Amino acid sequence: MIEYFVQNASSFAGDIDNLFLVITLIIGFWFFLTFGVLVYLIIRFRRKEGVKAQYIAGEKHSETRWTHYPHYAVIAMDVVIIAVNIMVWVDIKQTLPPRDNLVRVIGQQWSWSFIHAGPDGELDTQDDVTTVNDLHLKIGETYHFELQSRDVLHNFSVPAFRLRQDAVPGRTISGWFKPTKTGTYDLQCAEMCGYGHGIMGAAVTVHSEESYDTTMAQIQDGTYESHFQKRKGTKTKFPSNTSKVGDEDSFAVLLASIF
Amino acid sequence: MNQATTAVQTDTHTQHHEELSFLYKYILPVDHKIIGMQYIFTGMIMAIIGGYFAYAFRMQLAFPGELVPLYGLIGPGEYNMLVTNHGTIMIFWVAMPVLIAGFGNFLIPLMIGCDDMVFPRLNRLSYQIFLVSALVLIASFFVAGGGFGGAWTSYPPLSSVAEYSLTDWGASLWILAVALEFVSFLLGGINFITTTMNARAPGMKWMDIPIAVWFIVVAVILFMASVGPLVAGAVMLFMDQRLGTTFFLPSGGGDPLLWQHLFWFFGHPEVYVVLLPTLGIVADIISVFSRKKLFGYKTILYTAFATGGLSFIVWAHHQFIAGIDPRVANVFVVTTVLISIPLAEMMFSYIATLYGGSIEFKTPMLWALSFLASFLIGGVTGIYLGASALDIYFHDSYFVLAHFHYTFFPITIIGMFAALTYWFPKMFGRMMNETLGKIHFWGTFIPFNCIFLPLFLLGLAGQNRRVYNFQNYPDLAKQELQDIRIFATVSLIVLLLFQFVFIYNFFVSMFKGEKAPNNPWNANTLEWSTSSPPPHGNFKILPTVYRGAYEYSVPGREKDYWPQNEPPE
Repeated sequence: MIEYFVQNASSFAGDIDNLFLVITLIIGFWFFLTFGVLVYLIIRFRRKEGVKAQYIAGEKHSETRWTHYPHYAVIAMDVVIIAVNIMVWVDIKQTLPPRDNLVRVIGQQWSWSFIHAGPDGELDTQDDVTTVNDLHLKIGETYHFELQSRDVLHNFSVPAFRLRQDAVPGRTISGWFKPTKTGTYDLQCAEMCGYGHGIMGAAVTVHSEESYDTTMAQIQDGTYESHFQKRKGTKTKFPSNTSKVGDEDSFAVLLASIF
Repeated sequence: MNQATTAVQTDTHTQHHEELSFLYKYILPVDHKIIGMQYIFTGMIMAIIGGYFAYAFRMQLAFPGELVPLYGLIGPGEYNMLVTNHGTIMIFWVAMPVLIAGFGNFLIPLMIGCDDMVFPRLNRLSYQIFLVSALVLIASFFVAGGGFGGAWTSYPPLSSVAEYSLTDWGASLWILAVALEFVSFLLGGINFITTTMNARAPGMKWMDIPIAVWFIVVAVILFMASVGPLVAGAVMLFMDQRLGTTFFLPSGGGDPLLWQHLFWFFGHPEVYVVLLPTLGIVADIISVFSRKKLFGYKTILYTAFATGGLSFIVWAHHQFIAGIDPRVANVFVVTTVLISIPLAEMMFSYIATLYGGSIEFKTPMLWALSFLASFLIGGVTGIYLGASALDIYFHDSYFVLAHFHYTFFPITIIGMFAALTYWFPKMFGRMMNETLGKIHFWGTFIPFNCIFLPLFLLGLAGQNRRVYNFQNYPDLAKQELQDIRIFATVSLIVLLLFQFVFIYNFFVSMFKGEKAPNNPWNANTLEWSTSSPPPHGNFKILPTVYRGAYEYSVPGREKDYWPQNEPPE
């Protein structure tokens, strides 16, 4: 269901979408059952002249089984949810598969710096490539990330990867992801980080092998135009804070005239 | 409704208490009813501020960068301040004072049949500190730098370092106001517990206490047991801000995560602190208007104890991806999902109460039933967020936001209206207009769903909270998502406009409404046995209790209710 709204572009995105589906089926069943019973009872037992309410204390076994038996079923469903969830969680957050590549992500008020490991696959060497608000990834490679913050809490959140991790100052938090679809995705800061929190975004681009190499070369010789530079030229497409949303007369203006 | 009982009791109660001057009756009262109303009115004024803030930032989200009518332009800092204080106000200055302090004060002595709280002056002091805390919060909006904008959870280092938050005094006044408010509720809480334990009417056993009182007491116990760590945390945060200590600053050997543990150790029980009073109020209303004994009184009570107990060991589900050890998360997943067990049992019992009833759709009953329906959505969506792996996607997204509004809106707003419409005759001695009440109900309930159901979809689309303009993100700037935002905003405006119906109905009924009889709903509990409104001292003769609170439609009796204080034949 999530993939209807956001593409799933990482190896574990599908697991999370499936978990969502499992939970939706279970609680959807309970929700509609309970809601249906509630509505039925409200309509069935509405006040009618001459009909007196029954006296039911809800303490005898013959009465309480109506709430207890569904309740045992709830417990069984809970066990299923916990089990499926822990399986997915252990895969994503508790295990670190062997890495193909490495990137360091540094959040600060209010931008993201990315240090790509370069051809040797190690950080803090001569061939590292540093970018700001622009992360470049190679498709099909398992990335380890080292997440750091220079000031306050930030959150490295890429919805298309179903990835989210707080960056905590004073710590390096590691994790992994494996992009599986080429394209450009949003990265949003997802932890309140002050004045510029709302604009602390970055573009995550997943490249094919060749395109990755050319982009990296372009970045190094300074000819690369980042997504944010490109966006400056297309103001109408991504309106800035002062432009209108739609083409028609703004609803706010209409409201203002009413007041 | 049995019209035979509407004979209005004329003002014949004997005055044990001499007539007080206006100052001592309404401004510096020791009467628990007036103090309760002070809390309720203060809470409602704060709710207007909180609603106004919601209107302002929803307008900014729907029409980014436009001039918001009745507010002005909203910049990023301003937006942060609005969302932060909307959350803070609605939880600490609306839900807590209205549901716990307000109705707790008004109801506890009346429902357990005593003349006042056991510590009336402590009670007055508690309100006065609360009022100061509200004024400090309001003052924080006007200091240099503006109000605090670091989210209602105020995670350091953002909240503890002025250079990061850019709201030097705003942040300090905010934490000061929150700490003062806790002091106020600690004073009030000790009063509630002591009164319920010691001042019950003769004959009222533990299992004869109405659920509404029981749940307020359980909530207060939860609050008092959990608030300690946060008060300590608040002092540490204040010292970080003003004295330059580094409890939460890694550069000085502190740890930002420490605050999160202290905050959520309080913050999660807090959810149940505000939930339980509403659940209790709803239990009473459902029982009265379906003319049914509560289904499994003891079951409901014990599930509340279980929920309260479990709520102390789930706090880290707010921190699954905050940098805690991932293995610990598994433990908290189990405890979190376990909460669904007592709560499901409680919901089943509420719904089972309707079975075999004779349901009358008066305004309070509509509110109570709508609470069950909407809280059900809030409850089941909580299961998604209790699952740690899904939390990787949903943490701090609009899905979380929609989920907790589906719990907090029913708790705070629906619960408040249910209680106000139900006890209004007792508070002011007059009936509210039923037609206007129903118009207000539908005009609130339908837009409420229209606001928050679409936000679940935005959450699925990966939209994060506390972002002032989604046009900055290409994936979120799509027109269809923007249409959803506009729809939610328009629904909010409709909802806010319908509140004028309530305000009109409330004040006109207070002065010009039909005179209320002592027991307009034919209810059993003790507050309905005294005059409407009750005199200072509550009862002419203090009542004696002979039975539980929910003996409706007892077979073999002519009347379908059996007041707690009516002697057996």
